[in-house]
Amino acid sequence: MNTAQLRARIERLGGNMTAHVWRLGYASRFLFYLVLHSGTALRRFRLTMKEIYFAGVLSLVIILVSGLFVGMVLALQGYETLQRFGASESLGVLVALSLVRELGPVVAGLLFASRAGSAITAEIGLMKATEQLSAMEMMAVDPVARVVAPRFWGGVISMPLLAALFSAMGIFGGYLVGVQLIGVDAGAFWSQMQAAVEWNKDIANGVIKSVVFGIAVTWIAVFEGYDAVPTAEGVSRATTRTVVFSSLAILALDFVLTALMFTGGNGG
Amino acid sequence: MNRSTIDLWVGIFVAAGFAALLFLALKAGNLATFSTAQSYQVQAKFANIGGLKVRAPVKSAGVVVGRIADIRFDTESYEAVVSMSLEERYKFPRDTTAKILTSGILGEQYVGLEAGGDGVMLKSGDRVRLTQSAVVLENLISQFLFNKAAEGKDEKK
Repeated sequence: MNTAQLRARIERLGGNMTAHVWRLGYASRFLFYLVLHSGTALRRFRLTMKEIYFAGVLSLVIILVSGLFVGMVLALQGYETLQRFGASESLGVLVALSLVRELGPVVAGLLFASRAGSAITAEIGLMKATEQLSAMEMMAVDPVARVVAPRFWGGVISMPLLAALFSAMGIFGGYLVGVQLIGVDAGAFWSQMQAAVEWNKDIANGVIKSVVFGIAVTWIAVFEGYDAVPTAEGVSRATTRTVVFSSLAILALDFVLTALMFTGGNGG
Repeated sequence: MNRSTIDLWVGIFVAAGFAALLFLALKAGNLATFSTAQSYQVQAKFANIGGLKVRAPVKSAGVVVGRIADIRFDTESYEAVVSMSLEERYKFPRDTTAKILTSGILGEQYVGLEAGGDGVMLKSGDRVRLTQSAVVLENLISQFLFNKAAEGKDEKK
């Protein structure tokens, strides 16, 4: 009796694991198919343009406002610590490096996942639930090429731009608090920042990070939407999964990318 | 929302994104200082470079005249070979002295150039002969302690 229960449990565990691996394989195949069939999305660029509008332009407000406030908080907290060591002039370095290297791509990615990723999943999931995708197939229109690919490319294009705007806005917020409010010398703020931030190491790596996050978030979002159980409950679950998985993916990928980028040589 | 309005907004968004990147590269980063001016290379050998790093500034009279391009270790003389790229408009005499200095107590290290009196100017590929190594704190302290100990002996005698 007891062994039967145990056996059932182990079987369930194994089944769950297999289901996850199966899903990962399906998601990878889906990404491959999506990239192969994105010709329509790129030829009829209007479709992608519309998705850039929904994913990028409509996320602008939240990205800009959060960037401003993150930069302002960084400047306040950084000044508090730096002035203990008499190094308050390095405030610009602290704000710029933490934004460009880490906070810009990561926080913008998290906001993008919850603002745009969830919307993409809900939209595609609802199209599936209301059988719009099946209707397209009936009309010999490939729903992946017509619906999924434009959303994917719109997200991938929007994300790096949003991250750059976030970082720039954050540095501006740091300048407002650090220089205008606290009174750190403006010349030292900018010149030390310029001496410390390297465009080919820090800024380029930040952009690479945001591109990777953009691909990961949009991939998860379109896949969860396309794979959603076509019911109201299924769509809501898929939306939740998008936000959870893409947040985890961003943080885990960030660790891997940081380990690859910033621990290699110290010759800089 | 009709389509031309969407185009306009996407245009604004993309332009703003690239403007932000440009701002990061120029205002926050050092793309602007990335040797757009013509430069010439000069080398110098140091017994010890301390904490000198590549891309550290080369200053003369406090003005940045160039940057450190490369630091190598010479296995023949067991010295550090520092390549500096100096801006073309700043010419230095051949008997210029290169010192490794520190800005502030905990600041970064840089190379300071002191012009000599020679009429012949340094060319690209030349070597600065007169150099002074970085001051290593441990050596300074041990020197100080030896001096103190020596003073103590003298007084006893």
